[in-house]
Formats: sequence, structure tokens, C-alpha cells
Amino acid sequence: MTTHVATDEKNYLQEGHTLASWLLTKDHKRIAVLYLISVSFFFFVGSIAAMMVRLELTSPRGTLMSNETYNKAFSAHGVVMVFFFLVVAIPAIFGNFLIPMQIGARDLAFPRLNLLSWYFYMAGGIMFLIAMMSGGVDAGWTFYTPMSSIYSNGQITLALVGAFVVGFSSIFTGVNFIATIHKMRAPGMTWWRLPLFVWGHYATSLIVILGTPVVAITLLLVVFERVAKIGIFSPELGGDPVLFQHMFWFYSHPAVYIMVLPGMAVISEIMACFSRNKVFGYHFVALSSLGIAALSFIVWGHHMFVSSQSMYQGIFFSFTSFLVAVPSAIKVFNWSLTMYKGSVWLASPMIYALGFLGLFTVGGMTGLYLASVGTDVHVTGTYFVVAHFHYVMVGGTLLAFLGALHFWWPKFFGRMYPEGVAKWNALLVFIGFNLTFLPQFVVGWLGMPRRYHYYYFAPEFQVYHVMSTLGASALAVSLIVPAFYLTYSLFKGPKSPPNPWAARGLEWEAAASPPIKHNFHGVPVVVGDVYDYDAEAEELALRGMTKEEA
Amino acid sequence: MISLKKMNQPQDTVYEQFEDLAQQQETYVLGMWSFLVTEVMFFGVMFMSYIVYRWKYQPYFYALHKELDWRIGGINTAILLASSFSVALAVHYHQKKKKMNVLMCLGFTNLCAISFIVIKLLFEYIPKWNHGHYPGPGFSWDNPYVPSHIAQLWFSLYFGTTGLHGLHVLIGVILFSVLMYLIAVDHPSISDYLPTEMLGLYWHFVDIVWIFLYPLYYLMPK
Ligand code: HEM
Ligand SMILES: [Cu+2]
Repeated sequence: MTTHVATDEKNYLQEGHTLASWLLTKDHKRIAVLYLISVSFFFFVGSIAAMMVRLELTSPRGTLMSNETYNKAFSAHGVVMVFFFLVVAIPAIFGNFLIPMQIGARDLAFPRLNLLSWYFYMAGGIMFLIAMMSGGVDAGWTFYTPMSSIYSNGQITLALVGAFVVGFSSIFTGVNFIATIHKMRAPGMTWWRLPLFVWGHYATSLIVILGTPVVAITLLLVVFERVAKIGIFSPELGGDPVLFQHMFWFYSHPAVYIMVLPGMAVISEIMACFSRNKVFGYHFVALSSLGIAALSFIVWGHHMFVSSQSMYQGIFFSFTSFLVAVPSAIKVFNWSLTMYKGSVWLASPMIYALGFLGLFTVGGMTGLYLASVGTDVHVTGTYFVVAHFHYVMVGGTLLAFLGALHFWWPKFFGRMYPEGVAKWNALLVFIGFNLTFLPQFVVGWLGMPRRYHYYYFAPEFQVYHVMSTLGASALAVSLIVPAFYLTYSLFKGPKSPPNPWAARGLEWEAAASPPIKHNFHGVPVVVGDVYDYDAEAEELALRGMTKEEA
Repeated sequence: MISLKKMNQPQDTVYEQFEDLAQQQETYVLGMWSFLVTEVMFFGVMFMSYIVYRWKYQPYFYALHKELDWRIGGINTAILLASSFSVALAVHYHQKKKKMNVLMCLGFTNLCAISFIVIKLLFEYIPKWNHGHYPGPGFSWDNPYVPSHIAQLWFSLYFGTTGLHGLHVLIGVILFSVLMYLIAVDHPSISDYLPTEMLGLYWHFVDIVWIFLYPLYYLMPK
């Protein structure tokens, strides 16, 4: 079945050991590793800011830092996590590495553009770091005007230019993925044989190329307004600040799907492999990604129910927001049914995937509370919203990221990590996460506003905040632990077999772990369907039987 | 499920990630189209802002649009249309491998692009600048029928949109010059007409944006 590879051959990690061989590489796999390192760094920076926020809120009086410092802490957290972690992490690391391998190509369509995208990411990131250290940014990740364009006195300009530059990095990746998926598929790799991972990234890339330019220009206009005092959003110039919100959310709602669709893409792969089953309703799951991409562009107004938007707009956006929950639900149901009659194997990637399933569901359902205009008027701007989006972004995307990291780690580096520790750690992530964010639903519902650095008016909220901070500490531990054992495994971990999970898909079946520079020793020719797992046969094999005997 | 077939032998003109020239060309053209989609969205923001404010301030916008001379805009429109035609011809000749003709067409296109910028600067941007009609703290405005802040907004939109477009024209000039040089010296990276075709696509896009800009800013109805 598989044409494996002479082991004495150089894998992609061994093609050159100089720094230049990494920094000038055009190999999609090496660029993925560059991204892995830099994205992890930014995740670390964002987490420090989060811990500052959590520590401040343990006391109702806001004793630890001034309100301005607090604003800078949560803004840094939001900007870094959204623009430098969530939007980038899964596509640029796993998409980059795996899309060419899963479709049977030697590289992405435009390798130099791919490398350029990493440089843009780094340039944008460094600009933001400088902005953070030389005065900070206090306008939140949403940069609402006129706060950002006129009143804020932080380093908004540099931060916005950084966000603009990093936007180009996503655009480059998006264009690259689209061209690759359309034109570089191996013979026999039809659209309906594409792994759902590829489908998810295809939908994501469509959103990226349609949405990111909008936010990029919008942020640039804010820069013009701030620097040259010319602008479109200033009331002083006859402009309308709410127009900024429209343009910002026109991108930023679809952007939440840029963040979660790749996560969903990962979950489909993990669910199939660790249930030893075809993904239930493959076509529906694939099409629901496109459905989400399309619908995501007509719901942005649900972030603006209490802006000056008209009541009829509110009703429209409320309705469309309910619609967008449908394809998301299709996915959740289909993943659940994938386990049905499968042979579920609770390895660490699967534990993360199951965590995703539960947490994403809670996040999505609470999204519907927020999408109901009447309810939203009550809870908008409170911790309820904060809890909602952390359930989808952390419970969804971060867990999928960790799942992907554990699933494809042997593919990336050819080493195994200590699975026992990894499993317990996955459980700790789940517990720590819930302890952090469940209390936020409650305290938000009771009226705790977001972005306040004190709550002396309601000291009874303290117990929820303390729970949340404890949870965040547990979560922090559960993120440091993998950093250690994964790094350890790079040097001391046992060598992994080419396909430690007996997974299906070209990246596992037709390539070595780690792969060679051109991924395959030839051009893979695909004849069968995707996910041709056979749970029944495998279960029987465990009992030493074949299907005929049974 | 999977078997491996032999890779094609490497060819000079095909990058290593592609199987053959046809695949490479199709991929490049598709990549270019995706890039143009992002460009449409970039300009979309500027057009959207225009629509919103024109809706709000139509009578003022009508008065303000008289600040522009439709004849100069018209000349520039004609220039861009001519350049689009000649770039299409360049692609045609490149397919027929007539190097001199390609160079002449591209040269004409580039000349048009440069004239566009020169006309825009000499007859529009610089006079407006001299009148203090640039938005910002130094804005001077003496038409009592149009409030100054709305005039500023209008000029912000005008300079923002035509400036973004002008930047694209300038990038076009640079790219055309590089392409002409590479074709003239028979550089190996220009193995076929594809680079000309891709730049042509870009140029048509720049042209189309102007086709929308011109009536919106220069030919406003009452
Ligand atoms: C079932 C689908 C979803 C629905 C109906 C939904 C609905 C909403 C609504 C109505 C709001 C606005 C709340 C307010 O400000 O008052 C909101 C906020 C938010 N949602 Fe969702 N959501 C959904 C899924 C997601 C997903 C998948 C993500 C991210 C991966 C996400 C991320 C966010 C973020 C980041 C915010 C807050 C933005 C801010 O104000 O800072 N949502 N959601
Ligand atoms: Cu939204």
C-alpha cells in the first residue's frame, strides 16, 4: 500500500544547518517551523498580558496597576492574541506544512511569497512589540474611533501599521493556499477526495482575501486621521465614527471564522483518525465550511446592536447570525456521529478534540444569546461577551491548535513525546479553561462590565474573579508543561515510526516522518476515497479475527 | 490507495514545485486573479465611504465636485483606455513572439501611465495644494455655501481614493519598466508571454478602477 522511503535519505530538517538555510528557505515545511517558533513567542507575550489582567481583577479596588496600565494590558493581550496568534497559528503553521502534503504537491504554489509572508509577519510583530514597549496601546483590539484616532495617547500609529503589515502576511498566505488547492492537486485528488483539513483552509483563505484588505485600508485610514488629521471617520471632518465600526466588523466578524475554521479543519482530521472512521457526512462538513465563509460576511452588525444602527438592521443581523449557527452545528453533529460505531482511541490529540467539541458548542450556543437583540442589549459590553468569545477562540481554536500540535508533532520532527503526560495535561487544559471562563459567564450576566480595572461597586463579584484567576493559573501551567515536554522530545524523545497513529492521508501514507525536501519520491496517484478507515476490521483485528471469520 | 508515479524531469523554465509549464502558467494566472480580488476589496472601502457620505451630503458633494475639471479627468480617462488597449496588444504580440512589437506596445503603455501621473500632478494635485485645498490643519476654504468640514471630508475622499489609484499607476510604471528591460535583454525568466499577460491583468484592473472613479468624482449629477 505504501511506498516508503529509504531511511538514509536526508529529511527536510537535515537540508542545511546554517541560519541562512532557515531564514532564506523556500520549503513550506521549514517556513512552517519558522512560524511555529515565532507564533509561540507571541503567544507567550499575549499570555503575560492576560495574567496581568487576571491578577488585577482579583481585587475589586484595582490596586495593582493604574487604569491606564490596565487598558494597555488588555489591549496588548487582545491585539497579540488575535492578530499574531489566532489568525495566524493554524493556517501558517499546519496549513503551510500540510496542505501541499495532503494534496500531493511538492510545495505551495508560490514559495517565495510564502517566505515573504513570514517576514511581513515578523515585521508587523516587531512593530507592535516596539509600540507596546514605547508607550503601549490602550484602545483595545477593536481600535474604535475616535478613541484611537484622536483621544488615545498611546503608540496607536505604530501598532496600526503593524496590524496593517501583518494583514498582508495573511493575504499572501491566503492567495497562496487558493492557487495551490486549485491547481496543484496530485492526479486523482479530486475536490471530493480532499481531506476536510484542506476544505477548511480553502474556506478560510476565501475569507482572508475578501476581508483582510478591508480592515487593512480601514486601519490605514485611522492612521491618516491620527497623523495627518485627514480622515473619513472624524466627526470634526463631517465623518461618522460608526462607519469605522461597520468596516472593522465587516472584516472582524469573518475574522472570527478565519480563527476557527482552521481549528475545525484540524478537528475533522483528528476525529476521523482517532475514531478510526470516515467523517460522518463528509460532503456536508466540507460544504458547511463554504457556507460559514459566505454567511460570515452578512452578520457583522451583531456587534453593533447598541450603536446607532437602525432597528431593522438589528433584526436583519440577528436573523443572519442565527443562520450562521446552522453550518457550525452541522459540523458539531457530524463530528459526534463520526465517533458513533467508530473505535474511539483516547490519545492526547483526541482529548483535545473532544474538549474542542464541548467548549465550541458552549461558545456557539452563547453566541446565539448574544445574537438575540433583546438579550444582547442586556449583556453587551459585559464579561458574558468575554466568556463567549473565549469559549470559541480558546476552547475552539487554542484546543484545536494543541490537538494539531500533538497529532502532527511526529510528522514535523519525527519524535514522540511522553504520551502519558500529554494526556493528563490535555485534561488539565480543559479543567483550567472551564474554571477560568465559566465564572465569567455568571459574573457577566450579573453585570460585570468588560474592560474595567475595578469593581468596587459590586464587591460580591470578587469570588468569580478569584475563581477565574485561579483557573487562568492552572491554564498557564498546562501550557508551560507541553512547552517543556515537546522541546525535550526534540532532543531526547524516541524516534517515531513514519505513521504512529496509523492515520490515512497522503501526508502519512506516502511520505516519511519527517518528510524529505520534496515531500514524496514521485507524484502520488490517488485512487481511493479519503478517510478509508475501517473501524470494524480494526476492532476485530484486536481480537485476532478477520471480518469473514466474524 | 496510493501509488507514486515518476516526477517529470526538471526543466529550466518550470519551477521545481510544478509538474509542467501548463500547470505553472495556470497557477500564476489564478494567483493573479486572487490578488486582484484583494485589490477590489481595498478599493471597495474607499468606494463604500464615498457612497455613505455622498448619500448624506449630496448637495454639498455636488457643489464640491465642481472643484474638479472634468476635461482633465476626461483626458486622463482616454489616456488610460489607450494604454489598456496597447497592453492587450502587447500580450497578443508576445504570444506571436514578436519582440519589437511587444516592446513598442509596452513602451506606449508606459508612456501613457507616466503622462497620467504628470497630468494628475501638474493640473490637479499641485494647484489644489497651492490653494490650500488639502485636508488637515492647514486647510483653507472660502466657499460659504459648503461648510469647511464637509469640504475637508470630500477632499480626504478625493485624495485618498485617487491617491491610492495613483500609487497603483506608479507601481505599474515601475513594473512595466522592469518588464521591458527583461524582455529587451532576453532574460531567461521571461520564457513566454505570461509575465506580460499578468501585468496586463493588473493594468486592466487599474484602468477599471479609474473608469469608476471618473464619473463618481468628476461627473456628478445634481
Ligand atoms: C454560532 C456562531 C456565533 C454567533 C451567533 C456569535 C454571536 C456573537 C455576538 C452577537 C457577539 C456580539 C456581542 C456583543 O458585543 O454584544 C459576539 C461577539 C464576539 N464573538 Fe461571537 N458568535 C459566534 C461564534 C463565534 C466564533 C466562532 C468566534 C471566534 C472564533 C467568535 C468570536 C467573537 C468575538 C471575538 C466577539 C467579541 C468581539 C469584541 O467585542 O471584542 N464568535 N458573537
Ligand atoms: Cu461576530
